[in-house]
Amino acid sequence: MGPLIPNGLISFEWNSIIAIIIGIFFGFILEASGFSSSRKLAGVFYGYDFAVLKVFFTAALVSLIGLLYMDYLGYVDIGQLYVHPTYLWGAIIGGAIMGVGFVAGGFCPGTSLSAVAIGKIDAIFNVIGIMIGIFIFSELYTLFEPLYNGNFQGNITLVDSLGVNRYWFVFILTVGAIIMFALSDMIRKRVKKIFY
Amino acid sequence: MNIDNEKNRHIYWNPYFGGFLLGILIIFTFYITGRGLGASGAMKSSVVTIVDDVSHEHAEQSAYYSKFLDDTKSPMNNWLVFETLGVLVGAFISGGLSGRISWRIQHSPKITRRRRLVFALGGGILFGIGAQIARGCTSGAALSGMAVLSTGGFITMLAIFGTGYVFAYFFRKNWI
Repeated sequence: MGPLIPNGLISFEWNSIIAIIIGIFFGFILEASGFSSSRKLAGVFYGYDFAVLKVFFTAALVSLIGLLYMDYLGYVDIGQLYVHPTYLWGAIIGGAIMGVGFVAGGFCPGTSLSAVAIGKIDAIFNVIGIMIGIFIFSELYTLFEPLYNGNFQGNITLVDSLGVNRYWFVFILTVGAIIMFALSDMIRKRVKKIFY
Repeated sequence: MNIDNEKNRHIYWNPYFGGFLLGILIIFTFYITGRGLGASGAMKSSVVTIVDDVSHEHAEQSAYYSKFLDDTKSPMNNWLVFETLGVLVGAFISGGLSGRISWRIQHSPKITRRRRLVFALGGGILFGIGAQIARGCTSGAALSGMAVLSTGGFITMLAIFGTGYVFAYFFRKNWI
């Protein structure tokens, strides 16, 4: 019955080794899908390459449906999985700042690491920038603190917030994602081709 | 094995295939560890470690760094740091198999290399600040958060992509 390590089915000492192995697969998949290229990543905002959208939503839906199915079959107790906490304004404003950083630098932490691994110097600058940003946040923490700790709503899921049935929501999200994929292909045909 | 590196350079996986594998990986990660993936967390640990090494008193007194300090072990001794090391290795292997490894600065032909580096650095700084406020980046908060239907995860994902689209016009010279 999963999750395995919190329930003691795999001993805790394996944690770091499993982390490295999972990371290797993560980095491999990111790089092989082309996410080590900032111009490919930025394409989603200009319509010349929607790989980010496709990978992101496919991964989210596959993992969502997969975890729900495993929960249904009894392999995983979905209540024991870590749910990212909701700090309302922190999520919105942090996400907004990250959005500007994304379209300016063309990288996010995971993809910039995979780009560092293949030798891109602009990715190295991006990682240094992220660390400087973390440093700035930590030094000015007293200013950010009300935003960081405020509006805590708990580790809630959409089922709690919106009151919708979990399975219907996933179904509608899947349909929405398929429509989005079709639309992105139509947009891409009409946008000027960029070679990168 | 005859690998034609020049031709393979720009061939990437089909995005649906990559997304599918990534989803399976996330399922496995949750199944084994009970938590999702992450990327910015390791960078935070690095900053905490560096500040701690430079000036231990400053780190202890600060309200933020002190949260991550533990006298019994280094702040680098956590799951995300090991996972991040794995990311570097995995990306290196994939890039190596496809002939994509070389030192370069990737930039649009319409801008100079220095401009690309300036924006990469600036974008990184903004991302670092934002990732701390939102307690995660696209991998940790958005992707892994969505996999368990976390409200915060969805909000962060919408905020990132929404703001990106709004501000894309101002940065268009860098990309197209």
